[in-house]
Amino acid sequence: MIPPSFTYRRASSVDEALDLAAELGEDAKFLAGGHSLLPLMKLRFAAPEYLIDLGRITELSYVRDEGTYVAIGALTRHHDVNTSALLAAEIPLLAHAAGQVGDPQIRHRGTIGGSVAHADAASDLPAVLLALDATFVIRGGSGTRSVPAAEFFKGIFETALEPGELLTEIQVPKPASPNAWSFQKFTKRAIDWAIVGVAVQSDKVALVNMGHTPLRASAVEAALASGASVADAAEHAAEGTGAGSDIHASAAFREHLARVLVRRALEESRSRG
Amino acid sequence: MSILGTRVIRTEDPRLLTAGGVYVDDLREPELDGAARVTFVRSTVAHARITGIDTSEALAQPGVVAVLTVADMTDFPPPPPPTPIDPDAPPVEGPMPLGGPWSEPLLAVDKVRFVGEPVAMVLTDNRYQGEDAAELVSVDYEPLPAVVTFDDALAGQTLLFDGTDTNVSQRRDGAFDDSAFDGCDVVVEGDIVNQRVACLPMEGRAIAASWKDGKLTVWASTQNAQLSRLILTAIGLPPDAIRVVAPDVGGGFGAKIGVDREAILVAWAAKHTGRAVRWVESRSENLTAMTQGRAQRHHIKIGGTADGRIQAYRLDIVQDTGAYARMSGFLPSLTVLMAPGVYDIPSVQAGYKVVMTNATPIAAYRGAGRPEAAATIERAVDWFAAAAGLDPAVVRKVNYIKNEQFPFVTKTGAPYDTGDYEGALDKVLAAAGYEELRAEQRRRREAGEVKQIGIGLASYSEITAPDPAAGETAKVEVHDDGTATVYTGSSAHGQGHHTAYAMLVQAELGIPMDKIEVIHGDTDLIPVGVGTYGSRSLQLGGTAVHKAAIEVKEEAAAKAAQLFEASASDVQLDTEAGLWHIAGDPDKSLTWAQVAGAAEGGLIVANVHFTQERPTFPFGTQLSLAEVDTETGKVTLLRHVTADDAGTILNPILFEGQRHGGIAQGAAQALCEEILYDADGNPLTSSLADYGAITAAELPSFELVTSETPTDLNPLGAKGIGEAGTIGATPAVHNAVIDAVAHLGVRHIDMPMTPERVWTAIQEAKKASAK
Repeated sequence: MIPPSFTYRRASSVDEALDLAAELGEDAKFLAGGHSLLPLMKLRFAAPEYLIDLGRITELSYVRDEGTYVAIGALTRHHDVNTSALLAAEIPLLAHAAGQVGDPQIRHRGTIGGSVAHADAASDLPAVLLALDATFVIRGGSGTRSVPAAEFFKGIFETALEPGELLTEIQVPKPASPNAWSFQKFTKRAIDWAIVGVAVQSDKVALVNMGHTPLRASAVEAALASGASVADAAEHAAEGTGAGSDIHASAAFREHLARVLVRRALEESRSRG
Repeated sequence: MSILGTRVIRTEDPRLLTAGGVYVDDLREPELDGAARVTFVRSTVAHARITGIDTSEALAQPGVVAVLTVADMTDFPPPPPPTPIDPDAPPVEGPMPLGGPWSEPLLAVDKVRFVGEPVAMVLTDNRYQGEDAAELVSVDYEPLPAVVTFDDALAGQTLLFDGTDTNVSQRRDGAFDDSAFDGCDVVVEGDIVNQRVACLPMEGRAIAASWKDGKLTVWASTQNAQLSRLILTAIGLPPDAIRVVAPDVGGGFGAKIGVDREAILVAWAAKHTGRAVRWVESRSENLTAMTQGRAQRHHIKIGGTADGRIQAYRLDIVQDTGAYARMSGFLPSLTVLMAPGVYDIPSVQAGYKVVMTNATPIAAYRGAGRPEAAATIERAVDWFAAAAGLDPAVVRKVNYIKNEQFPFVTKTGAPYDTGDYEGALDKVLAAAGYEELRAEQRRRREAGEVKQIGIGLASYSEITAPDPAAGETAKVEVHDDGTATVYTGSSAHGQGHHTAYAMLVQAELGIPMDKIEVIHGDTDLIPVGVGTYGSRSLQLGGTAVHKAAIEVKEEAAAKAAQLFEASASDVQLDTEAGLWHIAGDPDKSLTWAQVAGAAEGGLIVANVHFTQERPTFPFGTQLSLAEVDTETGKVTLLRHVTADDAGTILNPILFEGQRHGGIAQGAAQALCEEILYDADGNPLTSSLADYGAITAAELPSFELVTSETPTDLNPLGAKGIGEAGTIGATPAVHNAVIDAVAHLGVRHIDMPMTPERVWTAIQEAKKASAK
C-alpha cells in the first residue's frame, strides 16, 4: 500500500506532455485520474520511475458536438460524461455507463481517456465504446493518428498506443437510434468491477470482462443479422470469448451470465428503441 | 423531564465529522518528534522453516535506523519454558492465548505459520524508505505443506507445532447420546459453515511508543488501554513503568481488544533503540495480519415432533483458530453456551474442537462465538420447520422460552435474565406485514417469475457483559467552576460513550452535558479499567458512572446542608436547573460551583467499581426480505425489519446507530464477505478490491421496531446492544435467501451467498428434481 519512489512531473499542455514522454522514455507513465494506475503502484504491481501528471491539461476536458459524432476530450471525467446533456440526447448509452463506473468519488477523478488507455477488460467504458464503434485519436512525436475501437484493444492491458503516444480524444458516432441501448452491469456490490457486463446499441453488442480485452459478441451480432430471435441470438453470447475464473466467478458462470445479460440487454434496447 | 431515554444528538460527532479525530497517525506529541517508522517484514509463505535471514542489504539503504530480528531480542525476558499440556486437562475457558507448545512468538523464531506473520522489523526515517528496505530483507524459507482447510487440520498429516501430535489444540467433547433423538417424528442433519471474515475497522492497527527516563509511553489504537498495558509488560517492565494512551480509535469490532504481537514489538523497539517509533499498518497488512473472526464449521442434528416441538439439538463445532490460538477455546465455548438460542429444548448437546491452520489467527469479531451459535440454530429451525411442513414463525413460537419462565437457565448453562421473545416476534411480523409478504411470495411462485422473494426470520438471544465480575470503573468529579469530569475505564471507539455518560451525569446532577467532560483511555489518569467489548459498556461502565454520580450527589448534599445551615435531609437538588435548594424555600439556592467550591480542594469526587452479578441476555427477532434473481443468482435485500431488545434504552440515537452498523455487518457476512486462501495458504482477499466489504448501496433502509424489556441486574435496566444487530442479521438474511428459492428444491446455501453460489444451488436442485 506504499508505492516505490517515483519522480513526479506535471505537464500543462499536450505538447509538454509529449515532450516529457519523449525525454523520459519508457520509464514514464502518464497519470490522468489515477484511479487505475495509483492502486497498482500502491500494491507494487507497477513501478514507473516517472509520472507525467496530465491533470492540469484543461484543453483535453470537453464534450463537443461535431455533427455526425460527439468528440470527448480524453481527460473528461466520468462525472462530466455522465451528466452531459449532449450525450444524454445523442448517445445515452455512454452517458449512462459513465455513471456506473465505481462510486461518486471515483467518477469525479477518473477520466474516460484513462479508462480506455488502461484497457482493463473488466472496465465498463472500453466495451461501451467498442459497441458504439468509437474512434480514438492519438498524438505522438510524429503527429496525430486515429484508431478505430475494434483495432485498439490488443491484449491484457495492451493497446495500440505506442510508447510516448497520448490518447487525446474519443470520437463517438451518433447512433441512428440513440434510444436503442442497454447496459447490463452484473456486480456483487455496486462499487465493484463487472463480473460480466453487456453494452448494446441497436444490434451491436459488446462484452465486459469476458476475455483479455473488451469484446464484440460477434456470434450474437451475426445471429441477429441472419434474423434470429433475441432469445436465440443471446444463446451465442459466450462463443468466441475467453472468460477467466477468479474469486468472484468461474468461467462457466460468466458464460451463463453473458447469455442471460445479452438477452436482457437486447430486450431492453428494443423496448426502448 | 429526565434526559434519559431521549434522542440526544451525539456530542462526539461535530468534532469527528468536521475537524477530524486525532488517531495514532495524527499525533504530534513532542515525545514523538522524529519518530522512526516501523515496517514489518512479513512471511510470504503460509508454512515454512526459516533457514536464514540476511538483513545486510536492507541495513545499507538510506534512512534505515535498524533492522531487528529475533536475534536482537536479547534484552527480552525469556519466555516461560514450553510445558507439555495435559490432553485430559480441562480446556482454558477464558480468552487467553494458548501456551505451552502452542505458544505464539513475537518475531518468528524458526518457523512461519501464516502469510503475514512478522519475521523482522525495519525502522526508518520515513515510511517509503521502510517499505523499500523491508523488500530487501532476505528470508530463506524451506516450505512445508500448508494446512488450509478444516479437513487438512483434522487429518493431521502436517502438524503446525513441533512437540505435538495433532493440530487439535483444544477440545470439549460433548457427552453425545443419540438416544435423545429417539421418538422424534422429524429429524434433520447437516453441515453449516460460518466462514472466516475480516474485522475491518476503518482505522487499522496503529501504535506509537516513546522511551524516556525509564518510562515507556505507548499510544495505541485499542479498545482498552489498561489491558494493553498489562500485555505490554511482556517486554520486561512493570505496569507502573508503562503508560498507555488510546487517542481517537477508528473502530475495533473485537480485533483491538488489548494489543497484539506487533504492538509489543513496537514498544520494545522504542526501548531497545531509544528512539521514538510509530507503526500504522496498511490495509493489506490489516487484511492479512489483524485477527479475523468466525471460521467455524458446524455439524448439527435437530429433531422434534410432527407438530413442531423441538426435542433434541446437537451441535458439533470445529473452530479454525488460525496459526495461533489467541483466545484458546473461548470462542467455541461461547458458541456452545449459546447453542440453543431462544428455545426451550429438552436435550441440547454441544462440543468443539479447536484446530490450527496456516491462516491468520482468529479472535473476537462483533459477537465472538455467539453469532455462530445463532446463525446455526436459526438455520436448523428453518430446516426443521421445512421438514415438518410448518411455518417457521409458528415453529419459533412453539419453542420459545416463555416470559413466565425467566430467569431461565438453558441446558448449556446460560442464565437468561429477562425476555419477551414472542412479543418481539409479533412486533416484527406485524411491522413487516408477514401474511401479505407470504401472499406475495405465493403469487410470484405460482406465476413462475424470474425474481422470487424470500422471508427470513431469526430470533436470537445473546450474552452481553459476559465477564460481569470484572465490572467497570468510574470516577465522577464536580469542580468549583460548576463543571464535571467523568473518568471511565471503558474506552470509546465509535459507540458514543461521551454522549451516554454525560447524559447519565446530567440526569443525576443537573449539570448540563456541555459542562461535562468524559475522559478515557489513559492509564496514568485511569489506572484501573476493563474496556469496551462484549456489549458491556453501558450496563457496567454506565452503571458505574451512574452510581458515582449518586455518591457525588450525596456528598454534595451534605456540603450544601452545611452551607445552608440546614439538615441534609432538607436539602434538594433541582436536576432541571442544576441548583441546590432547601425544601420549602425555593428562593434560596446554591450552584454546583458554590457547593464544590466549599468542598476540600474545590472538588467533590466519587470512585465506583461496579460489578454485576450475572451477564445479561438481550434478544430479538429480525426479518429480512430478499429478492433473488433466479436466472443470475443475484440477491437484493428489499427490507430488514427488526426488534432488538437490550433492556432500557438510554438514547435511541445511540441504540439505533449500533443496530444499523450491526445489521450491515451481519448482512455482509451472509451475502458478500469472506477471507479466502488458495490451496497453498496464500491469501486471496488482501485488498479491499478483493474483499467484498458491504456498502450502503447493498442495503435497504432498516425498519427498527422498539422492544424494551429491562434487566433487573443493574439499576439502569440496560443490556448491551453492540453485537445484537450482527447476531440477528446474518441468519435472517441467510434464511431469507434460501426461502426465496426453497420452492425450487434448494435446502441450503453456504455463506457468503454469492450470485454464483445461489445460481449453482438452483441448478443442482433442478437437476435433483429432474431425476
